[in-house]
Amino acid sequence: MYAQMIKSTGSLKSREDMTPEEAAFQDRIDAGDKIEPTDWMPEGYRKTLIRQIGQHAHSEIVGQLPEGNWITRAPTLERKAILLAKVQDEAGHGLYLYCAAETLGVSRDDLTEQLLSGRMKYSSIFNYPTLTWADIGAVGWLVDGAAIMNQVPLQRTSYGPYARAMVRICKEESFHQRQGFSIMMKMAKGTPEQKEMAQDALNRFWYPSLMMFGPSDKDSVHSAQSMAWRIKMNSNDELRQKFVDQTVPQAHFLGLTVPDENLKWNEEKQGWDFSEPDWTEFYDVLAGNGPCNADRIEARQNAWNDGAWFRDGLMAHADKRAARAHAAE
Amino acid sequence: MSKEWPLWEIFIRGQNGLSHRHVGSLHAPDAEMAVRNARDVYTRRNEGVSIWVVPSAQITASAPSEKGLLFEPSQSKIYRHPTFYDIPDDVGHM
Repeated sequence: MYAQMIKSTGSLKSREDMTPEEAAFQDRIDAGDKIEPTDWMPEGYRKTLIRQIGQHAHSEIVGQLPEGNWITRAPTLERKAILLAKVQDEAGHGLYLYCAAETLGVSRDDLTEQLLSGRMKYSSIFNYPTLTWADIGAVGWLVDGAAIMNQVPLQRTSYGPYARAMVRICKEESFHQRQGFSIMMKMAKGTPEQKEMAQDALNRFWYPSLMMFGPSDKDSVHSAQSMAWRIKMNSNDELRQKFVDQTVPQAHFLGLTVPDENLKWNEEKQGWDFSEPDWTEFYDVLAGNGPCNADRIEARQNAWNDGAWFRDGLMAHADKRAARAHAAE
Repeated sequence: MSKEWPLWEIFIRGQNGLSHRHVGSLHAPDAEMAVRNARDVYTRRNEGVSIWVVPSAQITASAPSEKGLLFEPSQSKIYRHPTFYDIPDDVGHM
């Protein structure tokens, strides 16, 4: 999940407390209608969605950094081409999502500024470093796997532009997870040293991946309103359980060990029992104290600053040409 | 603060001879760059054979508040649909 801890504006209202407009809006959502940009919507719905889609978009963009780190060091030309294509997809996903957020009346520059100033967040997962090539496998397999868990139901979310962006993203995302698993297979079936690298990558990315779904339901305070609005489709724990159930057999297939002593098949619930991640670490990373928080924002800030002359130059050129064409008329 | 690139709506014609279809939007300084960016953002997997770009500001849309006024009149005109008419089976396919 690329959007964590989204605070929804306004608490869940009972039907009696709703204005006629709010009640009609809720009826549309309950009937499965899609809300479009020009439709009436409660201010809280609009604000919460800007935060959620914005955070999702920022995560796609910042998510390019840990993987971009390995483009020049990919082990083969084929792996390099694949990784380039994947990182380019992430840029595209960020763009689809920024455009969806902009339909709610926030500008692109405003979103960028809020990311750089720290007022908007991105997923905690991208504050962890990619130390070895096996990490690129683990990121595709686990991080994209966790993202898919969240994004597939979001294709049915109530806000039209967001749902449509999700459809495009989901179509492209499955390649990402498969290429990651393919790297893991190669490493896990390779030399003992390679297998050790794969195990080490799983050890480091397991708990941060579980954190992607956000805090445990008992501590997740903002869900009720978002669920009523259908901008959050499943609870955090529900998706986390689904992710673990899907991933554990894949780890076994690779011959790798999930780093959790409490991992045990629960016949009754037909799912795996597992340890929760260290939530202190989660909140600490969100607060800006993860291993790479400062690096990530610095890289985005530099890209923004270094690109200023290019953005302004192209705009000036376009304005000049438009003025000339106008004068010639 | 410098000026933000304007927004463009992107339309793509798929492989199969259908009409251009709206796929999304993007920012670009001018039409030529909008086409180039659209190629990278919206056709990375062979999704199209032709691209149209239109400045978003140039689109005039019907007002949501007029939805009833504009579209409800056609709802009662069920005789515009072929299923309104009962044709005996003996007549055969029509």
